[in-house]
Amino acid sequence: MTSPSDTMPDDAAGELPGQAAAPAALSATRPFFWSVRRELWENGAVWIAPLAAAGVILFGFMLALARLTSRVPTFHIASGIPHQLPAEAPYAAVALVIIVTAMIVGVFYCLGALHNERRDRSVLFWKSLPVSDLTTVLSKVFIPMVVLPVVAWVVSIAMWAIIYVASAASAAATGSALAGLMTQAPLLTMTGGLAYGLAAMALWYAPIWGWCLLVGGWARRVAFLWAVLPPLAIIVIERIAFDSSVFARMLKDRVNGGVVEAFSEAPHSAHGTMLQIDPVGFLSSPGLWIGLLLGAVFVAAAIWLRRYRDPI
Amino acid sequence: MPCIEAHGLRKTFGSTVALDGIDLNVEEGRILGLIGPNGAGKSTALNAILGLTPYQGELKVLGRNPWAERERLMRDVCFIADVAVLPRWLRVNQAVDYVAGVHPRFDRAKAEAFLAKTSIKRTSRVRELSKGMVAQLHLALVMAIDARLLVLDEPTLGLDLLYRKQFYDTLLNDYFDHTRTIIVTTHQVEEVQHVLTDLMFIDRGRVVLSCSMEAFEARYLELTVRSDQVAAARALKPINERQLLGRSVLLFDQADPAQLAALGEVRTPSIADLFVAVIGGQTPSQTQEMRGAA
Repeated sequence: MTSPSDTMPDDAAGELPGQAAAPAALSATRPFFWSVRRELWENGAVWIAPLAAAGVILFGFMLALARLTSRVPTFHIASGIPHQLPAEAPYAAVALVIIVTAMIVGVFYCLGALHNERRDRSVLFWKSLPVSDLTTVLSKVFIPMVVLPVVAWVVSIAMWAIIYVASAASAAATGSALAGLMTQAPLLTMTGGLAYGLAAMALWYAPIWGWCLLVGGWARRVAFLWAVLPPLAIIVIERIAFDSSVFARMLKDRVNGGVVEAFSEAPHSAHGTMLQIDPVGFLSSPGLWIGLLLGAVFVAAAIWLRRYRDPI
Repeated sequence: MPCIEAHGLRKTFGSTVALDGIDLNVEEGRILGLIGPNGAGKSTALNAILGLTPYQGELKVLGRNPWAERERLMRDVCFIADVAVLPRWLRVNQAVDYVAGVHPRFDRAKAEAFLAKTSIKRTSRVRELSKGMVAQLHLALVMAIDARLLVLDEPTLGLDLLYRKQFYDTLLNDYFDHTRTIIVTTHQVEEVQHVLTDLMFIDRGRVVLSCSMEAFEARYLELTVRSDQVAAARALKPINERQLLGRSVLLFDQADPAQLAALGEVRTPSIADLFVAVIGGQTPSQTQEMRGAA
């Protein structure tokens, strides 16, 4: 994790105090850059967890490949392979596991990001340095919005490459049809699709990140319960009082509606139900913009809280 | 230019008054000791100076409004507080990297040189260091910053005698250069007496005493009175009397040294003794009131 420092110009550190004009622009980004690094130092899970998930999948995949290809050829003639199974499916499944892992990491990261510094009383140390509350909180928003999607993308692509090579080798060595099928996936297109999907998810989940950050910064303890129980209470009260479930549907839409808005079903898919990207539909969906607005409100509240509340 | 100027500084938490209209004027190059009992408002005053808490009244630190310009102010101000702990997960070299990254006036070589004198391993996490070593690390980071004001809030709390002595020695020898200003609060008053240039007692949100150390030495005298002269000494209206090894020790405010010398041994009192006399020696009703407020 040391490579980013090499790309960061170090000349601002050596500036004389009098030369204020040039380093002024630099010094605006430096605290942010170092705050993000600080987050990664504290939260190794941000990149370790997706890697660990990838490792588990890879192990399972290698076992499955060995088992399937070592069987007698009868397996892949008729019944072994579902007829409609698209070549993309195993790759998509791998990416899905990594994305879900990154999501879970993101939720717990956000809950702890403004919570832990108060619990371990280090917040005053951080505040003793010339880094504004705005920079600090934005660097914490940056993790689930940018770092985690990038990590998920890189890890997924690496996994795809490994699986592709292993399948091709297996197909060449044993003539397994299943392995052969897996080498036919349009990986380049999928790489772009995955990047788009991850970006869309990061934006769609903005209110979730913002909410978790805010609750973590506000709650003195059990931040997870404070984040989960109020929405649950609203659902229960709404159910009892009005016998409706508007709020529950809204939450459900937020959790899995992003995929629906960001992708549309390909009209003439050779493989049946594969998705294709729909950026226009996504960007024109009111849900996206309402969510972004809500996320911005939560983040603004978290910044305000860090500034105004007595630190400990 | 004054480093800190406060006028009618006031802060309340609900109905509790933490600062009750404090006036403060600290010139550059001074080392001010802010002494007071627990809950006197010392930390609140420091928090206001550091821009960590909003306040009423006028306050300028290095010519800036600390609440409105905290981030800018922190380039020129450093603080070490027993409550501002280094995070336990942080590694020593990460701490140096981070401060070097965000602080425009941090001199990495200075921090490295100071750390080299300690037995702190660069790859250790803070949680693996002893309390004294954490204080050394924090001091190394802070001393490498070319700051104009250093705020120390109980910096040596929980440290053993050796670390405490080393802390103040390092501060005086390697850091203080008469252009910087230092404010320190501590309960270990006897250890800072020779360090301070100015003294301020604060109690229940009010300034009880404020003077330079020269004025302190000129103004207050402690008399260990000969047993046959006790009555005569008491007639000179001491502000405090205590018994020490069977002899009476009297504390005088603005008495004539020659007159006192005739009655026994005269010397400059310790800050601790004056503190007890001024703040601890209140009438029972006042003490009661103090407990009620706390």
